[in-house]
Amino acid sequence: MPEPQGARPGGDHEAIASTGAGGAMDLATSEGITLEQGPEGPGGGGPAGRPRSLWSDAWRDLRRNPVFLVSGLIIVFLVIISIWPSLIASGNPLSCDLAKAQEGSRPGHPFGFNGQGCDVYTRTVYGARTSVVVGVLASLGVAVVGSVLGGLAGFFGGFWDAILSRLTDIFFGIPVVLGGLVLLSVVTSATVWPVIGFMVLLGWPQISRIARGSVITIKQNDFVQAARALGASNPRMMLRHVLPNAIAPVIVVATIALGTFIALEATLSYLGVGLKPPTVSWGIDISDASPYIRNAPHMLLWPAGALAVTVLAFIMLGDAVRDALDPKLR
Amino acid sequence: MAEPATAGVAPAAPAAEPVLEVRDLVKHFPLTRGVLFRKQVGAVQAVDGVSFDLAPGETLGIVGESGCGKSTVAKMLVNLERPTSGVIRYKGEDITRLSGRALKAVRRNIQMVFQDPYTSLNPRMTVGDIIGEPYEIHPEVAPKGDRRRRVRELLDVVGLNPEYINRYPHQFSGGQRQRIGIARGLALQPEIIVADEPVSALDVSVQAQVINLMEKLQSEFGLSYLFIAHDLSIVRHISDRVGVMYLGRLAEIGSDEEIYDHPTHPYTQALLSAVPLPDPTARERRDRIILSGDVPSPANPPSGCRFRTRCWKARERCAVEVPELAVPEVFRGDGGPATHPSACHFAAERRTVPTATEPDEGE
Repeated sequence: MPEPQGARPGGDHEAIASTGAGGAMDLATSEGITLEQGPEGPGGGGPAGRPRSLWSDAWRDLRRNPVFLVSGLIIVFLVIISIWPSLIASGNPLSCDLAKAQEGSRPGHPFGFNGQGCDVYTRTVYGARTSVVVGVLASLGVAVVGSVLGGLAGFFGGFWDAILSRLTDIFFGIPVVLGGLVLLSVVTSATVWPVIGFMVLLGWPQISRIARGSVITIKQNDFVQAARALGASNPRMMLRHVLPNAIAPVIVVATIALGTFIALEATLSYLGVGLKPPTVSWGIDISDASPYIRNAPHMLLWPAGALAVTVLAFIMLGDAVRDALDPKLR
Repeated sequence: MAEPATAGVAPAAPAAEPVLEVRDLVKHFPLTRGVLFRKQVGAVQAVDGVSFDLAPGETLGIVGESGCGKSTVAKMLVNLERPTSGVIRYKGEDITRLSGRALKAVRRNIQMVFQDPYTSLNPRMTVGDIIGEPYEIHPEVAPKGDRRRRVRELLDVVGLNPEYINRYPHQFSGGQRQRIGIARGLALQPEIIVADEPVSALDVSVQAQVINLMEKLQSEFGLSYLFIAHDLSIVRHISDRVGVMYLGRLAEIGSDEEIYDHPTHPYTQALLSAVPLPDPTARERRDRIILSGDVPSPANPPSGCRFRTRCWKARERCAVEVPELAVPEVFRGDGGPATHPSACHFAAERRTVPTATEPDEGE
């Protein structure tokens, strides 16, 4: 008979009380069902009864992951110098002296000078801001637009879902570089906005597909049906039940896409349709320096190196987050 | 513990005023072809004309193999699926075409317990939020300040420690999770609980606990259960009446004694002969009916009697004439336990099986 306060009858296990990770985990796996967030790994636990969720488990995993720590440090550093570039670079990226053009490294100017005689070190530091702003805003824009459209299509299905799916197919068919050359060549604005807008325009279908698939999977879970049977409204089901469970893959893909957006900004700037001077950007500097790669390679290598490290850091971060949010890989 | 008496809760036959009346319930899922321009090329006839009554305080068990439409019936009762046609009357009011406020009000009274306790609880919500959600959706049931206390009470009622209110579902075992699901179903104090295979995902030792809990709650709160399962012994244990479904239709319906000890429909007889027996001698003596072939596709069911393709009694008439679910003529006026509705032209009793729960009646 159902006994009050859960005395331990037969096979019905007690919920984990203060025993740390072991109990609850064994219990979940021994029932042969892998749940999204079976807490795993030793060292888990924490104080008795403290609620654990997928996110807190992922965070515990991430804190011990060297890939995450290294990429996280690089990104924190990048964010700091994008906000306060003068912390580590005292010069002005736009004050240039043609007399010093293409000169190599010297005291006070460790990276040398570029073709216009500007300090490469200062420009590399100041260029981080553009890259981070473009990367973060484009990712955010893509994540919001893609997950809203994909999520609604997945949740409601039917006619609009069919329309949206064909629309994503069309956008997937547009080659990124060619599309950029065509669309951005008519833009005269020197700000970062057209570039970000273009990235969102071409990037949302990827997120939209993932969000749609994720929402369709979650929607079929019994807990969503249970909410519906209780009489929950559509907004309640979407916000309380579907969204929190479906958002993880979107976050992961958006993080990985962030690195590729930074690289795309450099590509577009290199092709002359992205950002334009006087904006300071790695892409512009790489583009300017590429004709002189043989006699003054430092002009190219420093911004290109910074770009490579940044893109790598964001991609590694996305990778680590994905692994942490996927219990099957834990 | 093993054999608690359910007798006395409700009579075997439906009482005068059924709380739920289901008439000719049909659900066809359209089969479509084409990507953007869909056209219907057929329909899966998941449920095709099911009728039954549910009396207050009664438990009606529905059994049948996978894909026979029992879960679809459950979903229509709680308005998760809209019937293609047919009527579901709750206290005389047809609920199949309700929407908005009226539907919400009816939903308060018909709640569902789901099969899989691992997917029926939102992993991102605490137990308190899960059981308390019904109150957020129906705020008139409990004032805001009172909800937390009610959730604790519900946890206590289903045999869980109220201190667990802040935990997440993954910190519980399958049986405990199912108790949480039952507590959520009870929160709005419904009259009817539709339980769709509530124990089939659980360990056998835990099944008994959950079943006993459900029986206790039934007598405490006067609930009516529609209990869907494919485990015949569990259904017999908990049900007052039992309906046997095959391919979207009811094959036979009656009190548990009528169905289990005096089945007249060949499908029920075959089903019962497959129940595992714990007693080896009884197992040797029994006459096992082995059906040939597979269940036909519900998208293209056989004409006439749906069971005829696998039935050893099938004749010409079975392919032409759909057998009605009614007391067969042979037994009319007989008054014995074989006098119950059975959808077979050639309904007959057959000395079948000593069933697991009643080993003494073996011979």
